[in-house]
Amino acid sequence: MNFWAVFKVAARALARNKMRSALTTLGIIIGTSAVIALVSIGQGAQFMVQGQINSFGSNLLFVMPNNTFQAGANINSGGGNSLTVEDVQAMEGELHGIGGASPMVNANTQGVYGNQNWFLRIQGTNEKFTRIRSWPTIRGSFFTDADVFSSARVIVLGKTVADKLFPGEDPVGKTMRVGKLQFKVVGVLKAKGSTFGNDQDDIAVVPYTTVQKKLQQRTILSIGQAMVSATSERGAALAETQIAELLRQRHRIPEGEPDDFRIQNMSDVAAASGQVLRIMTLLLAGIAGISLMVGGIGIMNIMLVSVTERTREIGIRMAVGARPSYIRLQFLTESVVLSLTGGIAGMLIGGAAAAAFAWYFEWPSLVSTLAVTLAFSFSTAIGVFFGYYPAHKAAALDPIEALRYE
Amino acid sequence: MSAENNGAVIRIERVSKIYQTGDITVHALRALSMSVRHGEFVAIMGPSGSGKSTLMNIIGCLDRPTKGRYFLEGVDVSTMGRAALADTRNKRVGFVFQSFNLVPRTSAVENVELPLLYAGVGGVERQRRARAALAEVGLSDRERNMPNQLSGGQQQRVALARALVNNPSIILADEPTGALDTRTSIEVMGIFQRLNTERGLTVIVVTHEPDVARYAGRIVHFRDGRISSDELVTDRSIASEVLRTLPAVTSERDEEE
Repeated sequence: MNFWAVFKVAARALARNKMRSALTTLGIIIGTSAVIALVSIGQGAQFMVQGQINSFGSNLLFVMPNNTFQAGANINSGGGNSLTVEDVQAMEGELHGIGGASPMVNANTQGVYGNQNWFLRIQGTNEKFTRIRSWPTIRGSFFTDADVFSSARVIVLGKTVADKLFPGEDPVGKTMRVGKLQFKVVGVLKAKGSTFGNDQDDIAVVPYTTVQKKLQQRTILSIGQAMVSATSERGAALAETQIAELLRQRHRIPEGEPDDFRIQNMSDVAAASGQVLRIMTLLLAGIAGISLMVGGIGIMNIMLVSVTERTREIGIRMAVGARPSYIRLQFLTESVVLSLTGGIAGMLIGGAAAAAFAWYFEWPSLVSTLAVTLAFSFSTAIGVFFGYYPAHKAAALDPIEALRYE
Repeated sequence: MSAENNGAVIRIERVSKIYQTGDITVHALRALSMSVRHGEFVAIMGPSGSGKSTLMNIIGCLDRPTKGRYFLEGVDVSTMGRAALADTRNKRVGFVFQSFNLVPRTSAVENVELPLLYAGVGGVERQRRARAALAEVGLSDRERNMPNQLSGGQQQRVALARALVNNPSIILADEPTGALDTRTSIEVMGIFQRLNTERGLTVIVVTHEPDVARYAGRIVHFRDGRISSDELVTDRSIASEVLRTLPAVTSERDEEE
């Protein structure tokens, strides 16, 4: 028996009940497209988050104060933040694995130039910002250590801010209003791109001293957190332990006492979020897999009906010399054709859905080959698995009984 | 075709068939022996329950005897497995049934191709031989028709073409005229007679109509699982002659409408 002949007989049998075949296939189409779409979307999200974290700098570490209280009293005298500018300077001065460290003080206020205005998300840092974030300026230059020392009213704009406040103009050298004060624009940062609705270029950078003294006008010069870059991505873990050691020493924390600071390692964040997204993807694929399973049961159901309906035909075929194994192959082929047709259609629909989703959220379309091979082999396997019992039932028929069947 | 085995296509030696349903034991065949020579045209008659259907199933390799041996062209088929029996049916037996048993929604020529399909004959050769078989039963102009577009007589002729397309050793017909009117019955019996005399095909027909049995050359009567009589037909009916005596008004065209 050549396969083509078997296939032709199967295709004709399915074509006889077009509506029924289509509905049965629909179950597999829905299952397969759901698996492919969800896995692709999940992988796309994973890729995107990973990319976003990488563009943020996976060698980045954030050190945050973690004020601890003991017996109702703050350990640190003065009751202020436990993290100081001196701590940050010590990190850079004493530790080898560190490329740069800067205090971070944030402020939000309105920016105005001419008749344009824009809400500014201001980051106060020192002059090492460009090195720490690997984020150069494209126009003008970044502010200097002298600007930091003198709390100069200078500002470096992110691409988005520059575009909003200075449409069609070069902002470098212009003076703009930040809150109630006049600031001089000294540079524009290179565009990093917007992802996940989170525009990294919607930023303005000024010396942290300026934020403290001019924008916040606080008397205690505390810093919110410190931004540190390890010399390499792989050095981030080492830098983390070095920083912890140094800070414990500087803060005179006795052995066994908890840290009064927290260190967030961006590569850990990347790994953790990657893990979460992987689990999410698997979960979604699992749910979609269940619908594929239900589709398979639909195939089994319809094949059982088909075997019963065609009992007499099976008897005739056996009488003229079809071996039981051929009858089995015949019905297996029918169920595999059903499931594979559904698999291919589902692959196209699922792929299209994933592509549309990727296009809408502006991330690279990742119709993963893994999902495609999985869905393809899975739908074939479902055809064989759920088709086997009905096919076996057909093959086991007694030709005499089958011929007598009404 | 076999020349060995003393010219016997079918040799049945003390075959019994016992059905067990619950507490009841039915002896459908009781130590039956008979043989059919190559080129014979045998009619098997008997009341229902006489065991003739059981014998047909065994001769047609659809069933196996409980006891005894059955040689088809000298080969013992009484102990074969299901696959080997299927192959034997395919190559050595052609079936014609009372209810035609064509595969529905499948054209005449494709129905005739079926045995060749299972014999592994290639597509082009298959079509050629199926067409030749249809031509032999006079249905060349109906190759593409579906069974439900054919009259009863035409359907039975398609079944006949299917039975003979793979050059079987025997053609087994179970009440082949049971669903046909008189004239069509005679026409079908005429085709059997022609195949028997012109091609030397061995034909076995089961019938309960004495008129139909008279087209055969030998009539075997059954009763209670045994042969009650086995005799040659002396005043054999010849279909072509009988047809000439019938009024020419009836035709298959009436039947189709």
